[in-house]
Amino acid sequence: MRVFQRTIAGIKFGILSPEQIREMSVAKIVTPDTYDEDGYPIEGGLMDPKLGVVDPGLRCKTCGARAGECPGHFGRIELARPVIHVGYAKHIARILKIICRECSRIKLPQEKIDEFRKRIKNARKIGKDEEVIIDELYNQAKQVKVCPHCGAEQGEIKFEKPTTYLENGRKLTPSDVRERLEKITDEDAEALGFDVEVARPEYMVLTVLPVPPVTVRPSIILESGERSEDDLTHKLVDIIRINQRLQENIEAGAPQIIIEDLWELLQYHVTTYFNNEVAGIPPARHRSGRPLKTLAQRLKGKEGRFRGNLSGKRVNFSARTVISPDPNISINEVGVPIEVARELTVPVRVTPYNIDYLRKLVKNGAHKYPGANYVERPDGSKIRLDKAKSVEKALKELDVGYIVHRHLQDGDIVLFNRQPSLHRMSIMAHEVRVMPGKTFRLNLCVCPPYNADFDGDEMNLHAIQGEEARAEARMLMRVQDQILSPRFGGPIIGGIHDHISGAYLFTKKETKFRREEALQLLYIAKMYDEIKKLLKEKSEDGYYTGKQIFSLILPEDLNLRYKAKVCKKCETCLEEDCPYDAFVVIKNGKLIKGVMDEKSFGAFAGELLDRIVKDYGTDKAREFLDKITRLVIAFISKRGFTTGIDDEDLPEEAKQRINEILTKAEEEVQNVIEMYEQGLLEPLPGRTLEETLEMRIMQILSEARDKSGQIANEYLEKIEERGKLNGARIMAISGARGSLLNLTQMAACVGQQSVRGERIKRGYSGRTLPHFKKGDIGAKAKGFVKSSYKSGLSPTEFFFHAMGGREGLVDTAVRTSQSGYMQRRLINALQDLKVEYDNTVRDARYVIVAFKHGEDGADPARTDWGKTVNVKKVIEKVISKRG
Amino acid sequence: MAKKKMLSEKEKIMILEKEIKDRIPLSLYEELKDEVLKVDLTEDELKEVIKEVKKRYEFAIVEPGEAVGIVAAQSIGEPSTQMTMRTFHYAGVAELNVTLGLPRIIEIVDARKEPSTPMMTIYLEPEYAKDREKAKEIAKKLEMLTIGDIVERTEIDMIDSKVIFYLDKREMERREISVEDVVKKIKIKAEKEYDEDKIIVKAKEPSLRELRRVREKVLSTYIRGVKNIKRVVVRREGDEYVIYTEGSNLKDVLKMEGVDYTRTKTNDIHEIEKVFGIEAARNAIINEIIDTLEEQGLTVDIRHIMLVADMMTVDGEVKAIGRHGVSGEKASVLARAAFEITIDNLLKASVKGEVDELNGIIENVIVGKPIKLGTGMVELLMKKEYEQMRGA
Repeated sequence: MRVFQRTIAGIKFGILSPEQIREMSVAKIVTPDTYDEDGYPIEGGLMDPKLGVVDPGLRCKTCGARAGECPGHFGRIELARPVIHVGYAKHIARILKIICRECSRIKLPQEKIDEFRKRIKNARKIGKDEEVIIDELYNQAKQVKVCPHCGAEQGEIKFEKPTTYLENGRKLTPSDVRERLEKITDEDAEALGFDVEVARPEYMVLTVLPVPPVTVRPSIILESGERSEDDLTHKLVDIIRINQRLQENIEAGAPQIIIEDLWELLQYHVTTYFNNEVAGIPPARHRSGRPLKTLAQRLKGKEGRFRGNLSGKRVNFSARTVISPDPNISINEVGVPIEVARELTVPVRVTPYNIDYLRKLVKNGAHKYPGANYVERPDGSKIRLDKAKSVEKALKELDVGYIVHRHLQDGDIVLFNRQPSLHRMSIMAHEVRVMPGKTFRLNLCVCPPYNADFDGDEMNLHAIQGEEARAEARMLMRVQDQILSPRFGGPIIGGIHDHISGAYLFTKKETKFRREEALQLLYIAKMYDEIKKLLKEKSEDGYYTGKQIFSLILPEDLNLRYKAKVCKKCETCLEEDCPYDAFVVIKNGKLIKGVMDEKSFGAFAGELLDRIVKDYGTDKAREFLDKITRLVIAFISKRGFTTGIDDEDLPEEAKQRINEILTKAEEEVQNVIEMYEQGLLEPLPGRTLEETLEMRIMQILSEARDKSGQIANEYLEKIEERGKLNGARIMAISGARGSLLNLTQMAACVGQQSVRGERIKRGYSGRTLPHFKKGDIGAKAKGFVKSSYKSGLSPTEFFFHAMGGREGLVDTAVRTSQSGYMQRRLINALQDLKVEYDNTVRDARYVIVAFKHGEDGADPARTDWGKTVNVKKVIEKVISKRG
Repeated sequence: MAKKKMLSEKEKIMILEKEIKDRIPLSLYEELKDEVLKVDLTEDELKEVIKEVKKRYEFAIVEPGEAVGIVAAQSIGEPSTQMTMRTFHYAGVAELNVTLGLPRIIEIVDARKEPSTPMMTIYLEPEYAKDREKAKEIAKKLEMLTIGDIVERTEIDMIDSKVIFYLDKREMERREISVEDVVKKIKIKAEKEYDEDKIIVKAKEPSLRELRRVREKVLSTYIRGVKNIKRVVVRREGDEYVIYTEGSNLKDVLKMEGVDYTRTKTNDIHEIEKVFGIEAARNAIINEIIDTLEEQGLTVDIRHIMLVADMMTVDGEVKAIGRHGVSGEKASVLARAAFEITIDNLLKASVKGEVDELNGIIENVIVGKPIKLGTGMVELLMKKEYEQMRGA
């Protein structure tokens, strides 16, 4: 079999000439009525059967094809009088201003016209914008008062939106306009930027209106059996009606005024038919008062044809449901509910090798799980396997060359996506794990790239239909291949929340396990090989340390040193001898010193993870993440981990000290205010006195908040040292969730509330709330919240806090829309750039944008945090081989 | 056993130059050289280092077909959701307000004619940079001063048809300017009187309009300084004094004596383009975006930003990302129509008889052809003869 493939090489744009419109038209539309009493379409009406079919079962009167196959055919309306095409109204105005009213030549000497023509031709050849040249011509010619060709005196042309032209105050009819445009020579038209092959100036004034086929404007039948026509049909009815009346009046020899009125009405209808949002005229409305959606509205905007149907399309073979976590599946997998697996299918071609297997699936049919929904014959017709009878038939028929659309099964590769799809890691390929339940399940480590949580988030899943796509998904899009972000060349997939706090507790010095405990843990985590390894290790009085067990998942020849997140940034780092166990040392795959926390394997920051992906490959990295999730989650589930309001309990002494600090700060603020009032305050250079005062106050208060936080942290630490573990603090210092600032706000002091980066100042005249004296600019009166979240806020504090909080919400809302639009623009501007085989970066015009990507030709996703080669690491590695 | 010997510096450089210099980017080579010179290595070890560096560099090279543009756009767009909207004061210089965060990035990408908060960082030549007084001297010369800056309030006297300007003495003291100096600058041909704390200017004709005109004219009278430089702050940075200004006028500032024109900069990209040219503008775009992102604590690989800057500057002038710039000048009609201003683009294309060659991405998505990026870039064709041979 020979396959002939035709591809579109290019698309040329032009304006339809009246002759072309007539030629492509299959029916002349004359009556405004659509259907007769029996419900049959009237010939010569807008639903003329020659225009194509939409009702199933009928055949097209023009091409004989059935609905769905017949693309539809154009008809036409012969306009009684010409009308202006709104889209070109402005263009026509420009032309009228620069051509002679008598001879229609451009009002410039012949040589100049020739020169402009040449320049335009040249500009087109090199792909430059010719608009600038035409503008120049326009500016030169519009001033000319006497035609250099025929010597006629020129009038002043005024354009009144949307479609009226005045010459010396007298209205030009579209017929007059058309006449002038017709007389423009081809050469002159070229100088005006026309491609006369496809667009003569007079085509911009319509004499015949093409009527789009019914397939473009299908009517819908309401439940009541009533037909409801498309907006375009409504508009065309209006046009025909007025056109008919105009024709009749002309033939009857009606007075000029009546004809002109009707003509103008026709112009209005044709105008709104093209664009119902033209400035200067009221939009045509539906009976209900809703403005009609006409041609321009169909194409325009986000839901328009271009952005809504051509750049982005709806798809089949997709599913959407709520997501929930499952630490027991691999990062590469996705848990798919059985209901979904039964609905989504994968096409499999029947071969002698798989026919038995596929027969089993077909036998199960559409309803029993590992089954199939359709059997497709080589000719493309399908048998749906939802009934016992059809299953039987399909079984009998099934043969090599057929295609079985079988249910989604374990191991199938699918695409998984969460909106907003801000980067390429928002769509990744996962392997299917069919499981009970009604949600998609995913490993927690892949939350960061999707930016997903489980408070009701939903995600989409797409079943891949072709081998080519499947291969690409598996080779390029799998989760494990996306661990390194192309944004900065570090890991974007990694541990979050409980992984981090769990690993922190697990690898702390004190954490020890009895042999049974350790083995149980490894067994729960399904780390069977590691069990053997552990048994070979020495235990300390029958105890294994957390570090020892953790080392089991590290590659055996790994050597690494770095500072952990818990590092207190002492002045001189003691490195290995860090008293807080904050310096991580891994020697030959053994965790010797240091705790595991966010800096180890957290998303965005994990150094250990970073090292594993880069040096050992993505397979090892996936394994590492899978194991660490299972191990650490098993551990923390067994051990238990919680946080509560008592995590912020402070002893009386601490509370007193905090109160002292805050009171002192308030006093200090008062002092500064007094200084200001006495005129003793020195303004900062370039600032007014008031600004200086505000800055001083803000500084004092923020220092006070920080200090109170430090005190709180000090005491919390002390309590922890006495053996009582503090969940909130552990989360904050290990980087699992929250920060020390959050702790400060809960335990010590919430601090200054701000709106627009300033202390709160709006409200009543001279004060923020009626609770304060007028002119009071002290700490309390301007939104300083002295209380902590735990102790509770006073009514005024609460109100200020709500003000600050509201600003935050508004800010986020505004930001998402702004950054979304910026990203759309960036993508649109850069999307055509690609790397060529010669390593240059070029755009769609084939213009070189960069000789080497990023000046060194590197792919950021393959760099080490932006470095093409980490020379230090290479040398370290070579030297370490010396032994 | 000669191979066990540690190499001398000279030997190392010799080997490096011979083996690798022309195969990797210069910056990487320099780094390699520095690092290698720091440690003791045998010849074998050095060769192994070189081999490994070569291998890793080759691994890091972008593959042909990679959609670098889209990746760059995503890499800048994605973190921008996390940026703040507010204008904060500049890190370190509490005295100046500078637009930062998302609004600043948008401003740069839009290639606005003027940044919302133009700002300059002026470095001084050594003999001025170390001396606080001399630096202040320059700062004083820089700051544009109008009479409005030193007038506390004005009064219009309708009876005698005169305008009274009450001077802000504190401000005058700070700016070291005397009443006489100020009066000298008033160029209006009118009777002028003055004393310690006020200046009186009489209007020629007794009309309120004339009086107001006089007032405006006097207030906007230029006394001294560089145009557009509104506020000046001198700060010590390391061992030198640096001047920060609100407002920007690169051309005039660079001409001033004592200004180190090699380091002085502005955040006005168009000004840089005008004064230094397109390559400098490209660097300015890169630096401004990087600074803004860094200030927000976001890490984005510089290569992505370079690409955006390259795209904005390929045609020799700074163009905006968006319908008035890069996107509006695309060759493809469909691509333009699919972005914004759909209708106008289609109508214009029809007049010109434009042909869409379908070279870009969206055009091909629209007509339903495979796009030419990544794996779609490969154009392997089977030879007819081979196909026939197989079929037979």
